[in-house]
Amino acid sequence: MARLSRRNRLLVLVAAVLLLSGLATAATLHAAGRAAEKDRAQAGGPPVRSGTVTLDAPGRSVFRNMAWGPHRDEITSVSTADLGGPRTASGIRCLRFHTAAGTGICLQAVHGRLRDTYRAAVLDSHLRELRHYDLAGVPTRARVSPDGRSVAWTVFVSGDSYAGTAFSTRTSVLDTRTWTLDRDLEAYRFFLDDRLHRASDLNVWGVTFADANRFYATVATGGKTYLVGGDREARTLHALHTNVECPSLSPDGTRIAYKKRVQGASSDAPWRLYVLDLRTLRESATAERRNVDDQAVWRDGHTLVYSLPGDYGSDLWTVPADGSGKPALALKAALAPAFTGRS
Amino acid sequence: MYLADSRTTPDAPGTAGRAQRAGRRAAAVVPGTVLALGTVSLITDVSSEMVTAVLPLYLVTGLRLSPLGFGLLDGVYNGASALVRLVGGRLSDRRGGSHKAVATVGYGLSAVCKPLLLLVHSLPLIGAVLAADRTGKGLRTAPRDALISLASEPAGRGRAFGAHRAMDTAGALLGPLVAFLILRAAADGYDAVFTVSGCVAALGVLVLLLFVPGHHGGPRRTDAPTSRHETHVRGLLRRPEVRRLTACAVLLGLTTVSDSFLYLTLQRRLHLSESWFPLLPLGTAAAFLLLALPLGAVADRVGRRRLFLCGHLALLGAYGVLIVPAGGTPALACLVLVLHGSFYAATDGVLAAATADAVPEAVRGSGLAVVQTGQATARFVCSIAFGAAWTAWGDRTALGAAAAGLAVCAAASVPLLRPAAPHTTQEDAR
Repeated sequence: MARLSRRNRLLVLVAAVLLLSGLATAATLHAAGRAAEKDRAQAGGPPVRSGTVTLDAPGRSVFRNMAWGPHRDEITSVSTADLGGPRTASGIRCLRFHTAAGTGICLQAVHGRLRDTYRAAVLDSHLRELRHYDLAGVPTRARVSPDGRSVAWTVFVSGDSYAGTAFSTRTSVLDTRTWTLDRDLEAYRFFLDDRLHRASDLNVWGVTFADANRFYATVATGGKTYLVGGDREARTLHALHTNVECPSLSPDGTRIAYKKRVQGASSDAPWRLYVLDLRTLRESATAERRNVDDQAVWRDGHTLVYSLPGDYGSDLWTVPADGSGKPALALKAALAPAFTGRS
Repeated sequence: MYLADSRTTPDAPGTAGRAQRAGRRAAAVVPGTVLALGTVSLITDVSSEMVTAVLPLYLVTGLRLSPLGFGLLDGVYNGASALVRLVGGRLSDRRGGSHKAVATVGYGLSAVCKPLLLLVHSLPLIGAVLAADRTGKGLRTAPRDALISLASEPAGRGRAFGAHRAMDTAGALLGPLVAFLILRAAADGYDAVFTVSGCVAALGVLVLLLFVPGHHGGPRRTDAPTSRHETHVRGLLRRPEVRRLTACAVLLGLTTVSDSFLYLTLQRRLHLSESWFPLLPLGTAAAFLLLALPLGAVADRVGRRRLFLCGHLALLGAYGVLIVPAGGTPALACLVLVLHGSFYAATDGVLAAATADAVPEAVRGSGLAVVQTGQATARFVCSIAFGAAWTAWGDRTALGAAAAGLAVCAAASVPLLRPAAPHTTQEDAR
């Protein structure tokens, strides 16, 4: 190299710049073409039409539509009695969504001029935005309390280290009556074996509400995860059980569906769907044997709904909560479901 | 694009008068080789910060992985990268200076990692690729700084390192922007981001190969011949100048709170909104970018070690603003970030320049690696201690303790940083 004349070095540089920029442009165009493809409806996909989605109409399943086409990522509803039937798209795009008793929480991306940001929008039963809050990272979980008063969300935060790879979660809980926001549940007092436990590596995620005040969530510290019972007014978290992630409380408040990290599974796909009896603390596996990385939802007192990777990113599956039966595909190309009109 | 031509840099000065003239000239103009190395760093930082910026999004929304626990490996990586840095410095001093070869291997390794990200889809493998990427970074840092120091006149070294750090930071600021524009053009186009990042990194390696001279044609130092045993790390540390500089870097590093903790404290103390949080590192980087070159020039005039110490006073000032309860205003946040950026501008390249003053040419790479590794290790220890203090006492008291520690360490560094009387060359005394 050193023997090349200045002119030849420049020629090599120009040739390389042309070659590399050609390659870079081709890769970007290819990806752009693929992205455009996703905006066109696929033959054989579920039919989706624009329409009115309300959160208090009984017997509807509301979820993020993942099917390709103009309504991709929109909050969409379908009759719970006919899940394969026509979908009604609301025009509101959310990455994560949940609803109960006419309150909706939508974690969405805001496309800015120089960067994308995220925000949490609290919606009324007609999907009108009541308030919104800026988020510090990528949305991952969202929940509304059964009475519709409290909402919670979790984001992944990573922007706090320059070129680092340390990730942490941040979980916030909001009271939609008083609009008081607890930005970070890590500020709550955490009790392990009934003793106050202080740690800088605390992470909280995956809230599920018992009522507007009491909730369950996952706390990670010292390399272990715990199911915690939380109290919004007392601002406390009490560890109840170990190795529980993304809990989901049954409608009768007696059981927790969760993902359990099982021994012997690959570190890549370590989670199985389990149910914990809160009274006896007895764990039982569901019939779903595949890796589940989702906060499951109870469709009713005995059926769990959860997401698995599918052709369009995510499909929704169901399995009985008592360990019987077999997993069944419920909704293709859907994510983050909630079921309205549940008593 | 800056082009370097080694043949335009002056040859070894024959007389004192010529040396002085050349010195003044070099102090005013940044040598071509340094600009070439700055360009390599700029391009490489665009490439690596592109990936860093999209990685969390890619893991969560692209691969639907839970990135928690990723940070657990950080400690291991940090330890390994310290070792790799020492190895890189040591290897680069062999056979009369293979700095360019070792730097090329380091840049090349990182470049190869970018397309590899297209092929791996599980956390352990992604972690392995990122570890290899960091190994490349660890390998190249010391030889690159050695090349900068060897290509610049002693009198203008602060400015040379300042120019390099400014270009490096410019790349770090541009990278996320490029990644964003690609994702804007192609939704979910993470593969495109990785491919473009690989192309950019390859270009960086090529600029290094083409425009950075292997056997430096820059001016020769007039160092005393180095005895063989001094090429070892232990021998290096036997030199009082090196020992004292390392001691200071370690001492001050022990009280330098990591960026992430500083931003977290900043957000909490000044009650900043969540959406500001990702912008805080940009504020520091912008101040660093703007001040690196001017402060490097100041270092050449008032003394590198003196400015290195003053830089830590800027950090102390940032701590002070955060400790005093003054309520939250954006102006205060800006002040903290400007102080934080000035801290980097007055210490990062300046420490390398000061090290170059104290280390003979034959062991320049090792010397730079020793001092920088000492500093990095001390900062790592500080971040662990600060995390514990934060948990036990809360953010304000923890920062108060750090500020007190920094003040003590800075005071202790004053006599250590005073240039030694024997065998000081002219540039040491400045």
